[in-house]
Amino acid sequence: MSASSGLYHPTVARLTYRALLGRRRAAILFALPALLLIISAVIRVMTGADDETATTVLGGFALATMVPLIGVVAGTGAIGPEIDDGSVVYLLAKPIKRPTIVFTKLLVAIGVTVAFSAIPTLVAGFILNGNSQQIAVAYAVAAAVASIAYSAVFLLLGTVTRHAVVAGLVYALVWETLFGSLIPGARTLSVQQWSLALAQKIGAEGAISSDVGLPLALVLLIGVTVAATWYAGRKLRTLTLAGEE
Amino acid sequence: MPPETTAAPAQDVIHNIGYRNYAGPRLGRAYARRSLFSQSLRGAYGLGRSAKSKVLPMILFGVMVLPAAIIVAVSVATKMNKLPLEYTRYAILLQAVIGLYIASQAPQSVSRDLRFKTVPLYFSRPIERVDYVAAKFAAMASALFILTATPLLLLYVGALLAKLDFADQTKGFAQGLVSVILLSLLFAGIGLVVAALTPRRGFGVAAVIAVLTISYGAVSTIQGIALAQDNTAAVSWIGLFSPITLVDGVQTAFLSATSAFPGGHGPSAGTGVVYLLVLLALVVGSYGLLMRRYRKVGL
Repeated sequence: MSASSGLYHPTVARLTYRALLGRRRAAILFALPALLLIISAVIRVMTGADDETATTVLGGFALATMVPLIGVVAGTGAIGPEIDDGSVVYLLAKPIKRPTIVFTKLLVAIGVTVAFSAIPTLVAGFILNGNSQQIAVAYAVAAAVASIAYSAVFLLLGTVTRHAVVAGLVYALVWETLFGSLIPGARTLSVQQWSLALAQKIGAEGAISSDVGLPLALVLLIGVTVAATWYAGRKLRTLTLAGEE
Repeated sequence: MPPETTAAPAQDVIHNIGYRNYAGPRLGRAYARRSLFSQSLRGAYGLGRSAKSKVLPMILFGVMVLPAAIIVAVSVATKMNKLPLEYTRYAILLQAVIGLYIASQAPQSVSRDLRFKTVPLYFSRPIERVDYVAAKFAAMASALFILTATPLLLLYVGALLAKLDFADQTKGFAQGLVSVILLSLLFAGIGLVVAALTPRRGFGVAAVIAVLTISYGAVSTIQGIALAQDNTAAVSWIGLFSPITLVDGVQTAFLSATSAFPGGHGPSAGTGVVYLLVLLALVVGSYGLLMRRYRKVGL
């Protein structure tokens, strides 16, 4: 199999990886998990091991705030800046299929998001209550699954709009946090709740709760990820470069 | 600047092609500073920019004002004897909108100048570093003040039209205004400092919102846990560590606001002094950091 016919292109992957973890961008990616671990350690010292506290921190802070933010940075950062400064034309001019480019960038974005959100969540869970009731593992899996969906959605946003970061943040903050807490129906359409459904299954009975049933959540997770990736590949084929406003 | 000598062109040129020197009035440094301020303020709402860049700030402005209009309509229609919420509470409730506004507009104010290397061009004009920083800071704070004070004004006018107690409402409105002035200065400072670190607009947006929401998320999580432990002293102290809870703390201590802290355990007047000092230190500190940032910029 030649490199150009597969869905994964190592050079594109290397370029994306370096764009994501180069320079200051990496600072935000390191700062967030570090903060989570520090908070977990402080809380453990302050209150001792407590399952309810662990759920509050992992659900309220890690999964609700940290994972979407890292998803936005990694997902839009994988393609947004290249489109923004126009250097994406050099990539598109190479004989590489557009879906291959998107898929490779998605893999890298997923890898980065999982590494910087799911793994710290797992470690924080062990710090908080030593994985009692499987809470640490449940939230880590939820964070990993959410990372995949967020990366795909935000990568798509990166190809659709120049204001991908703002759009992504509006979704993550306004839709999931604000509307999710006010309108029960909005929770059905929330990556966070879908991944919580998985966490509910893994965690001990009654430890974690989600508003969405597991089968529906899985269908939606996979559906959204696949659809977003497919559409991003399509979008890249008809990309028009606009000047700076 | 050297004094203008326009009468006779210099004779020591090899070939005089007849260009005239500018002989009109020089408007000077203060004018340039005012222009930079008004341009930045207009730019923060997309005025004088493309139609596309008006969309987001105008939508956010609309979202910010809409709840106030609804509240006024409801309280007039149902003849309430007081507004259903305090003036000081409004900005706290809509903090997500304010956060998104500063995150989207602070980078457009400073990041693009860095990215297109126009900062050295500004400094080729008769303005100094302090003028640039002060103009940008003042413009962003004014833009935030317009965003946060307009709904309060709407509430106040509505309350007077509904014939609520004049003295009561005026006092509440004044307290609300002081609180949003502090909030505007604080958020403008933080937003600009973070945005000025990077020439990439998108990354600036993410960084500003990360600073605001992550600190708030962390603070409210820890506060929730401290409340569950009945450690109310900790609840009132932890609020120091995020911008919006800082404003909340100051207005709880001094502007007779009801705290939005978990359980309503806001800081007392004594603790409130610390809140106020930290808030002022952050505003001054962000001004200082901006001055530092622009010392060698673009060279």
